[in-house]
Amino acid sequence: MTALLTAVGIIATIALTAGWLLSVAARRLPPGDDDLAGQVDALLPQTQCAQCGYPGCRPYAQAIVAREADINLCPPGGDATVRRLAELLGREPLPLAAAAAPARVVAVIDEAACIGCTHCRTACPVDAIVGAHQMMHTIIADECTGCELCIAPCPVDCISLSKVA
Amino acid sequence: MSAPTFDLGKLHGGLRLDANKGESTTQGIRDVPVPPQLILPLAQHVGAPAQPVVGVGERVLKGQLIADCEDALGAPVHASSSGRIAAIEAWPIVRRFGDRAPCIVIETDGEDQAVEAVEATADFSTQAPDVLAHRILQGGIVGLGGAVFPTAQKLIQAGTADLDYLILNGVECEPYISCDDMLMRERAAEVIRGGQVLLHVLGLETCYIAIESDKPEALRALGDTLSTIGDPRFVVKQVPTIYPSGGEDQLVQLVTNREVPSGGLPSDVGCLVQNVGTAVAIHDWILRGIPLISRVTTITGAGVAMPMNVRARIGTTVADMVAFAGGYTDSVTQLVIGGPMTGRSVTTDRVPVVKATNCILVLSETPAAGPERPCIRCGNCADVCPVQLLPQQLFWYACADNEPQLRAYGLTDCIECGCCDLVCPSHIPLTADFRKAKARIQELADEKARAERARRRFEARKERLDRERAERERELAAQKESAKRAGPSAIADILKRRRKDKD
Repeated sequence: MTALLTAVGIIATIALTAGWLLSVAARRLPPGDDDLAGQVDALLPQTQCAQCGYPGCRPYAQAIVAREADINLCPPGGDATVRRLAELLGREPLPLAAAAAPARVVAVIDEAACIGCTHCRTACPVDAIVGAHQMMHTIIADECTGCELCIAPCPVDCISLSKVA
Repeated sequence: MSAPTFDLGKLHGGLRLDANKGESTTQGIRDVPVPPQLILPLAQHVGAPAQPVVGVGERVLKGQLIADCEDALGAPVHASSSGRIAAIEAWPIVRRFGDRAPCIVIETDGEDQAVEAVEATADFSTQAPDVLAHRILQGGIVGLGGAVFPTAQKLIQAGTADLDYLILNGVECEPYISCDDMLMRERAAEVIRGGQVLLHVLGLETCYIAIESDKPEALRALGDTLSTIGDPRFVVKQVPTIYPSGGEDQLVQLVTNREVPSGGLPSDVGCLVQNVGTAVAIHDWILRGIPLISRVTTITGAGVAMPMNVRARIGTTVADMVAFAGGYTDSVTQLVIGGPMTGRSVTTDRVPVVKATNCILVLSETPAAGPERPCIRCGNCADVCPVQLLPQQLFWYACADNEPQLRAYGLTDCIECGCCDLVCPSHIPLTADFRKAKARIQELADEKARAERARRRFEARKERLDRERAERERELAAQKESAKRAGPSAIADILKRRRKDKD
């Protein structure tokens, strides 16, 4: 009987000590979330379109890691991105919250109609629009992510999206 | 005289195929006359397309530069006969992706008037290797074996490696194609002279000329010419007739028994491979001043009246070529540019002959591919794969679009030889699937690179905005500070002055 109690006692002590150590470590050591956010960020399409409700891909990645956001809020990434995120984070793949974005698009300014207001230039998250005040603006097609953020601010509606061949 | 086949390395897998080369080798190489129209694509090589340097309506002469490239990553294009530039427009051509590309269209005037010959270099050995390499670039010379990699770029890249051997590739292992065979039979001396230029550029002392054992005439012609010229640096090596022994890496393995590492180049194991046709093109340009404006092409198959080898101007349409070879027979069913294994089927004969076109194959029966059935994992494909890949595994992962595994199983090392297709009892078009998977991998890589750039730009912008905000705040703080220093009476003074001005 004494042997049994000793055994139970030893095991219980080990379990309690280990549990206490782990809880201290979890509280004291810096969380590894930064790295995880980087990994999530790497899977996002970097359009910086803010359609997820966060100001860019990185902030969305941080929100996902902090469990503040679902993994299905990225329309440009489509189902493929949701699947990859689910795999990385070990969560259930969810159906995309909004309609998936079509094939790769870039914004195009109708340069004849542009009045040079610079509103689109300010809105562009990747500095892909060139133009000075009261001068015609243009979009650097190679750098445009097709995020659509420049379309709403344009007062003369001269920006449209065109498919990339 | 036959060259020894001993001391050769061993090729994994491969297939013995029906050569079907007899039909096109019954007569010598014949010249195709100047066609009424020449279509010269701007991109006839691997790399960025050349830029036109002539305008529509301009008259050009044979051999004149009509499209140039900025650096060694491309190959310029020369007019292959005299005439007027009719258009610079998209035209159907044979290529990997898409079916149209910008081309310069020349309406020929039939005079075939040549531009004043660029000064030929009779004695190339007095010229510095890098000067010669640059000259080879200007001649628009690309690898004529089919890969059309710019030759100058290959030479410059290889110049940085530690090389032992130059290998001239006259293997021509793919069925039906016989243009290199005929070229070696008729122009053996030029092959060797071109090889001498290459040896000089590379500073090498050994050149192997590899020829398949089913080409006794070419072997004899080169052997005889070599004994006349008496250059001890050249050695003719006979390689066994196994497809695809003429693949670059496979040939290196056969000739030197060195294996090119995965993802590497022959220069990693001290070898540089050039096609024999490329050697002749180098000879013509360096020693005679004629840029790459024509090439030898095989026209063959049961769908054409007179199979033969022809020397055609680059830009001649396939329709003109076939007409020269007696036209189509009644039984024609399919037109393939390239050989039966690696060629591409086309639906129009308006496509031009380009620097890469080694064969025009007119088939009278579509290869009997049965209905595709599920993979039974017999492993035949792995047995014949010359790169020792596992096609059945790759197929699995290609279906699942599993990029990491495709990479891990070496998809990028697949040479698309088509052996696995041929032995597959379930008639799975493996090579086509692998091509698609490779394109998808490339697409993913491009997407990733684009995303990475967007991320960097986004972060740079955020940093800039933060900096600007901080500056503004600093300024504001400074203003507040100075206002505070001046005291409340100063503000009252200013307000009073303003009111006075108003009145």
